[in-house]
Amino acid sequence: MAQAIPMTLDELLEEFDELQDWEERCDLLIDLGFELPPFPEEFRTDEHLVRGCQSLVWLVTNLVHQDGVDRVEILADSDAMIVRGLIAVLLAVFSGRTPQEILSTDVEKLFDRMGLNQHLSSTRRNGLHGMVRRIREFASAHAA
Amino acid sequence: MNSHRPTRHDESVHCPAQANEYPDGICPLQRAAGCILQDEPNNPTVSLSPSQPGGPMNLSSSDPVNPHAIRQQFPVLCQQLPRGRPVFLDSAASAQKPEVVIRREREVQEQYYANAYRGRYQFGARIDEELERSRQVIARFLGADSPECIAFTAGTTLGLNQVAFGWGRSHVSEGDEVVVTPMEHHANFVPWQQLAHERRARLKLWPMTDDGQLDMTPEASPITERTRIVAVCAMSNVLGTVNPVREIAQRAHDVGAVIVVDAAQSVPHGPTDVRSDGIDFLVFSGHKLYGPTGVGVICCRPDRAEELQPIVFGGHMISRVTVESSEWADYPARMEAGTLPIVQAIALGTAVDWVTEIGVQRLAEHEHHLLADAMERLQQIPGMTIFGPSADSRGAILSFRIDGLHPEDLAAMLDRRNVFTRHGHHCAMVLHDRLGVSATTRVSFAAYNTSDDVGALVEAIDFARQKLRLI
Repeated sequence: MAQAIPMTLDELLEEFDELQDWEERCDLLIDLGFELPPFPEEFRTDEHLVRGCQSLVWLVTNLVHQDGVDRVEILADSDAMIVRGLIAVLLAVFSGRTPQEILSTDVEKLFDRMGLNQHLSSTRRNGLHGMVRRIREFASAHAA
Repeated sequence: MNSHRPTRHDESVHCPAQANEYPDGICPLQRAAGCILQDEPNNPTVSLSPSQPGGPMNLSSSDPVNPHAIRQQFPVLCQQLPRGRPVFLDSAASAQKPEVVIRREREVQEQYYANAYRGRYQFGARIDEELERSRQVIARFLGADSPECIAFTAGTTLGLNQVAFGWGRSHVSEGDEVVVTPMEHHANFVPWQQLAHERRARLKLWPMTDDGQLDMTPEASPITERTRIVAVCAMSNVLGTVNPVREIAQRAHDVGAVIVVDAAQSVPHGPTDVRSDGIDFLVFSGHKLYGPTGVGVICCRPDRAEELQPIVFGGHMISRVTVESSEWADYPARMEAGTLPIVQAIALGTAVDWVTEIGVQRLAEHEHHLLADAMERLQQIPGMTIFGPSADSRGAILSFRIDGLHPEDLAAMLDRRNVFTRHGHHCAMVLHDRLGVSATTRVSFAAYNTSDDVGALVEAIDFARQKLRLI
């Protein structure tokens, strides 16, 4: 179930910090989008569609018991490449974390640091927050 | 009254109606608008002094406009952005404003602003006069019988709701039919759908051909003896399709139905003639016609005016109010409850003057030239699908998709090249369902667009295809 993540959070933040220009960051998102792991076709259903996105976004969350700890695994895909890049960011931030870790992550602060809140279009920002909400709801339901 | 009028900026008040005040008889605004023959820049024989506001130009419609000169009149387009000039290809969403309109709004607020139809002091009287002049200019522009056909409203959306419920509630009964088309903007779809629910009437769709035109064959016609209303756009906001409103009006009238025309997209891009076309109700917005936001127009055929009931109640629209009941003023006042968008309604008249002076037919020809050029060049791009009919059957709008390139990604990449387009379902979800796509990229042309803009679009698409690894 566990999937390769294009970049860890630390690597990602380091890359974003090095790029001052939003256009370069946008190019990085596209690169990350191309590196996103393949999405299992059986999950490409209405049930997994995230509302609030202009592009199609499918998101699946699972709880995996590993070394005596419950961790949240995330699978996601989109038909838009920049959104796939944003999914890669979310995977770096959230995938493989415990529900408690997810709930205590200040994701807005991370998005601000990456310039996502400032530069994404409002529809994309809404879509991104829709995905975050989905993940946090899942974490909330499984937090001990 | 005239002696009290401020004279400062007077040229912006009267131009272009009094262009003969200028030494060579040519208003600088008209000169810049390309009203002068391009190849004869100093042509002294051109007369630009129509005696009536909105009067016809003395130029033949075959003289091409000069879009570079027109562009100079749009301050927003004359800016330099960090990556160069803006290439504005989203006029179908909202057009930019020429300086004359911007100045007009400022002039009203600086020189004689007051509420309308209330104060009989000098400012109030001037405002009333300017509003009536604006009605007159708009009526002439639409080919309406008189300025009394024109009601100001907030925009196309409110106007269509006012017609749907102001006429529909008293004329549509259970089992009746309301006909719309699959290519309507939600503003001309949802009100009719909701009216049909409310009145237990049937909403019927006019069949569409594969290339996005209304199927006009008699056997495809959805109109029956039960049809009360046919609501149709004069030009599709997604496909650009220009619909045969005159023929549709005839067919509606044959069964005693009325035709309601959403002219939001058509009025800036081609001549409108409500009388010849037999249109009962026509609605459009100011902001797509180079005018301000917040103002729109309902144009009602005189013999339907009594039938159009108000759905918004308040000041100005009544003739008498008692504790028990109220009586309405005549149309158009009864549709104009509350304070009008005064400044905007006056400046809309200026925008219509501006368009009329250039000539809406000449603008249509200019835009058609750009459209045909763009369609030809875009069709060379691998994986390109342009939705809708050929250039000859449409106005200056084209919506497309490129295989492997999501419209949202494309829009972001085009923006990086200063090419401003629209993406999404363009408030026409029923149409997008028919097209089998959730979103498209839309390009639309207006008076100020040039062939360079088409070139910039093609170059920017190429850039997007490279960035998204399609090349």
